[in-house]
This record gives sequence, C-alpha cells and structure tokens, in this order.
Amino acid sequence: MYKITRKAMLTPTICLMDVEAPRLAASAQPGQFLIVRAREEGERIPLTICDYDRKQGTVTIVTQIVGASSRLICALEEGDCFTDVVGPLGCPSDFVELPDGALKGSRYLFVAGGLGTAPVYPQAKYLHERGAYVDVVVGAKTADLLILREEMSAVCDNLYVCTDDGSEGHHGLVTEKVKLLLAEGQHYDQAVAIGPMIMMKFVALTLRESGIPLTVSLNTLMVDGTGMCGCCRITVGGKVRFACVEGPEFDAYQVDFDEALRRQTIYRPQEQEADHKCKIGRN
Amino acid sequence: MQNREELKMAEKTGRVPVREQDPKVRAGNFEEVCYGYNEEEALLEASRCLNCRNPRCVQHCPVGIRIPEFIAQVRAGAFQEAARVIARDSSLPAVCGRVCPQETQCEGSCILGVKGEPVAIGKLERFVADWSRAQGGVPVEKAPANGIKVAIVGSGPSGLACASDLAKLGYDVTIFEVLHKPGGVLQYGIPEFRLPKQRVVEPEIDSVRALGVKIETNVVVGRTITIDELFDREGFKAVFVGSGAGLPRFMGIPGESLNGVFSANEFLTRSNLMRAFDPSSDTPIFVGKRVAVVGGGNVAMDAARTALRLGSQVTIVYRRTEKELPARAEEVHHALEEGIVFRMLTNPVEILGDEKGWVNALRCIQMELGEPDASGRRSPIPIKDSEFEIPVDAVIMALGTSPNPLIAKTTKGLETERHGCIVADESGATSRPGVFAGGDAVTGAATVILAMGAGRRAAAAIDAYLRP
Repeated sequence: MYKITRKAMLTPTICLMDVEAPRLAASAQPGQFLIVRAREEGERIPLTICDYDRKQGTVTIVTQIVGASSRLICALEEGDCFTDVVGPLGCPSDFVELPDGALKGSRYLFVAGGLGTAPVYPQAKYLHERGAYVDVVVGAKTADLLILREEMSAVCDNLYVCTDDGSEGHHGLVTEKVKLLLAEGQHYDQAVAIGPMIMMKFVALTLRESGIPLTVSLNTLMVDGTGMCGCCRITVGGKVRFACVEGPEFDAYQVDFDEALRRQTIYRPQEQEADHKCKIGRN
Repeated sequence: MQNREELKMAEKTGRVPVREQDPKVRAGNFEEVCYGYNEEEALLEASRCLNCRNPRCVQHCPVGIRIPEFIAQVRAGAFQEAARVIARDSSLPAVCGRVCPQETQCEGSCILGVKGEPVAIGKLERFVADWSRAQGGVPVEKAPANGIKVAIVGSGPSGLACASDLAKLGYDVTIFEVLHKPGGVLQYGIPEFRLPKQRVVEPEIDSVRALGVKIETNVVVGRTITIDELFDREGFKAVFVGSGAGLPRFMGIPGESLNGVFSANEFLTRSNLMRAFDPSSDTPIFVGKRVAVVGGGNVAMDAARTALRLGSQVTIVYRRTEKELPARAEEVHHALEEGIVFRMLTNPVEILGDEKGWVNALRCIQMELGEPDASGRRSPIPIKDSEFEIPVDAVIMALGTSPNPLIAKTTKGLETERHGCIVADESGATSRPGVFAGGDAVTGAATVILAMGAGRRAAAAIDAYLRP
C-alpha cells in the first residue's frame, strides 16, 4: 500500500519521493494534485504531482518541511508506506485538452518559486515533448535551495535561475527576471506561475500590462480535496470558487490574492502549536 | 383489529424511557449521548407492541423492516432471532436505530401514537443490533457466487445497502470510496456523540464486508478512474452511483470569505472524519469563543453540539420557528438540554469582520412567517428595519448540500437536472444503460434511511438488468 520506492533529500528541508499508487499513476495529468496521510492520526495534506510513471505505477511527490505534518512526511524512508494517497484531484491544465499538434511552436513562460518548481516540471515536460517552446524562470532564496535543476533543464529551452542572495543566476526576484525577458523582446503566448501565493500575486501584477495570459496554481488550505468542505474557497472574478475541484489553476488576473493570502492563515496558531509539540516529542 | 382492551392498556403505558448521559456532563465530552435499552427495558418496551395485522410502521419504513416480527422476537427474548429478521432488510440497524427520523416514519405511524406514545421502535432496533453485534452478529444467507462484477461508487448508506443486497444475491461487488475511510456521511458527517465510529459504524461496515463486498478507499471515480473505464477496462457489468450530496452551500451574503466562516461540512469533517476533537489527531479545528450556526437541520444541530463540546458558546440562527425546524425532534431536544441558544425567525444578512479579516459579528434581520410556500411551510419574510448584530468570532453555515458534479461531468450520457442531481427513475435507472443511481446524489440531501431504501431498490433493478 502506497510504498515509498525512492527517497532523496533535494535540500536539507525538501524531499522527493516515488510512491506506489498504480491507479493514480495511470490517470494523473499535469496540473493535478494528490492528497496524502502519513499516519493514521495524520492530516490530509495536498501535494502537487511532480511526475508519474504509468509503467512502474508510481507518482513522484516533493515535500518541504514547513510544519508538523510535512515533517512527518519527510521522516518516512524508502520502504515505508503512506497510510493514504488519493488522486489525481483537481482539473488538468487547460493545455492538456488541446490536440497535441496545437501545442507545437507555441511559446510558454513558466515562473516557479521554491517548491513550485515541482508542479511546473510535469507541465514543462508535457509541453516540451509536444514541441512547444518553454522558458522557465526559477527562484530560490539561495543556490543550495534550488531543486530539480537538471531535470528541468532537460525539458525546457532556457532555464533562468534567480536567487535572493545572488549565489547563482540573477541576483533578485523572479519578477525582475520576467521583466528583463520581456524587455529583451521575448514573446510568450501563455505564462504560468506556481509558487508561494505572494510570489504569484506579484507575477500577476508584473505581467498584467503585457497582455500575456497568466495561469496560477493555488495552494489553498483543504481537508477532503473533493469539493466537500469548502475550506479552499477563493474569489475569482468576483465569484466564489473551490480550488480543489474547479482549480487548482485559475486565470491569475481574476484571483483575489489578498483574500487568498489571508485565508491561508486560518489555522496558523494551531499549526505553530502542533509543530512546537512535535519537536519536543522528537528531542 | 386488535383487542380493544389491549389497545387501551398499551396506550396507557407510556414508553420505557431511555437512559442518557447527563446534559451538563455530555456538553463537555464526545461520548455517546444515549445509552440505549438494556435487556429488561427492551423486553418491557417490546411488550407494548400490538403486533398489528396490517402494520403501518412497515409501510412507513423506507427499507421495509418487518418491525412487528422483530419486536415479537424481542418480546420472546430471542434477540438473535430478532437480529436475523432485521438483517433481511437492513445492513445498518445499529446506525438506523440511532439516526433515523423515526417520529416521521415507523413511530410516526404507530397506532399507539394516536392517543399515547408510539412504540420506541428505533430504540428497540438499536438494542437488537447492539446485542447481536456483541454476540458476533448474525450469519446472513447468501446465494452462490455468480462471478458478475458490479461497481458501487461511494460507501455511504445507499452504496452499502445496494452492495449488501447484491452480495446476498451472489454478485461480485466492489465499492469505490473517495475518502480514506468508508461510510460516507456516517463517517464524515454524523458526530461521534450520536454515532460512535469504532463501536458502531466500523463493525457495521465490516458486516457488509463479511458478505464478500470489497471496499477500495482513496479512489476518485471520475478522476482516478471513470465509469467508462470501470465498464471497458475492469469488466464491471453495472455501476451504482451513490456519491451523495457533498457540496456545501453558502448564503451568498457579504463577508462569507472572512476568516472564521466555515461550512458545516468543513467543521464536521475535521471533527468526525479527521477526529480533530481528539488531541492525538494532527488535524486542526477552529474553536471560536462565540459561534453562530446558521440553519435548522440535523447538520446544524450536529455542528452546534460539536462546537459546544469543543468549548464554544453556541447560538443557532434559524429563519423560521421551532415548529418548522427540519432536524430530528430528539436532536433539537438534546441541543436545548445542552445549553445551545436558539434564535428563531432570524436570518443573517452580512458577516462582519475586523481589520485583519477575521469574523467579529453576524448581522441579522428579524423575520415573520407569511403564507405557505410550495413546500407547504410558511415562508419567512424579513421585518423592515429590524437588523441587529450578534457578536461572534466564528460562523458555521449549515444550509444544506448539493450533489458533487464530478461523476456527471465525466460520464458520457448521464443526465442531471438543474440542481446537479442525477436523473434516475424509481428503480434507480439513469439515462445511461447499466448505470444506476440513488440516495442524495439523486434526491439532494435527505436521510440515511431514504438513501438505503434507494440503494435496495437499485440493487433489485440491477439484478433484474443483469440476470440472464
């Protein structure tokens, strides 16, 4: 049941795992996500699908330690099992609906922040395999925190790295790099930004005037992930939408990011307490 | 007709009261409220049944349990026999004995209720089910396996009832459940203090498994696998869709996206399925100091009583009067006993928040009842200039639910109506041959027992469809 067949620590706080989930691996598409529980008492944690191997029946997930539950996930080892893995959830990216021929030659710009690199990877791969031109801008605090660099290089035309401390690539924010690319005269048919909510908000502000359509993937709070709880609700174009079943991808220019940012903090006091408890238990 | 003397006697003897946890004590725990009958009490209550020749109670039971027959067995002290009688028609008696709205069904039609109190059929059913389960349950007769595969979507009441009947008929049945635990609303919706999970729900689901039914959790039918793939790739010959009505409704008033506004589904799923009330669970839940629950159904009562047990002061806001409350009478009674405040003829118009976006008050308007509407209930009308605020830090919306559109969206040729309900006839047959549906997915949010009835009818229809 949901055995971990491979585990690699990509950075001291980010781990990559291949997990056996044959039905899920057979049906996953770029843009979708899954939910795991690390143990019987565990929370349902939504994670993006980084890759899938239909033959092996495995899916690849990438998790960053940000609290008690992600710490538990990252503490699992090769050979261990997740209590539950369910998915794929949410809608596939819009381009999955297009005939393969339609993607050839179209120009995509991806902007990935931190862990957002993981869900960008299957999208870039899908498009690259179908002959689209793919540029990827990846941002991280520092060079040591960059993930999936080689994998990403293999599925895009240009990989532009940005670091907050200048340890590699462009010294500064992803939005600055995006501006530079546009100033150079680069043209894109579609842009996709996936990363922290605050980054997606600023990419939207940066690109709004360019007229390039921008899609974002919203990592809202969720319980069931199937439309039942409404915890993930967000306002898009003045309408309440459920990110889990109607998303997670939306037109960035329609998203109320300030509300989405605020709603991410609903359980923060409880989460901080849980993380605190958890660390005491471990020492 | 019965002997007149007997009827008079039975009318005069009130029903045997059921023992319950003290309201003050239970307001602070999640233990079951009602203790149920012991043998002595059950024998006594069973002796009140007149064993009518034309039992109205059976006609009013959505699954047609042979009520006088099982009660006669209780009266004779043959409890296991009584369980066998029930098992022919219901696979979830311990659940139904606890959550059915008996007052509008079996008990509501009991002849004794005309002048006195009806037989406590629900409490007797519960007694028999609990007694039998403690003895290891009753073996159920099963036809030899016929090897024909039937898929059931959803492991809630309709799916379990459909699966049980089909398994008894010899079919090879697999239930696909999207959540990590089977049971549907029994698991995520109804709280522990009304329906204990480990002691009641899980053994009852195990009894369905014991019939040979397989349950695969974590499968999103429509995403992980589609109904077409179930037919084409996995060799299923018929599919029953019992995917329930899980989509929460909101009012569409300003402020519903503030932090501190929850759907009852979210609040209850966190507490029930994820067991957030238990300190060993990793799932957080928001415990407001003062909580308003909007709505008057069973889900509203459940959310209010859960919030109370977590330590909140709770007010239920309902736009009609106590008489129109759709909740089971027992739940309203229990909620009042526990100290939940009811504000009737009150309707929210806006949720107000502080500068950081957290709820701090619920703005309401006073209502009065006007003419009866299409449902026959008098419709509430707002009274001009009667707005007022209730200071709260959390609002829980319990306004009903709609079916999840996923299955209809991903299944070609499956017709739905305007509210997203799957179109199915009385037998459960849909617009797509081989696909049957029942329960809340067809009717919109209703009760456990109506869903079970629909599941049973669909099982009979599937049998008729598949039998060569």
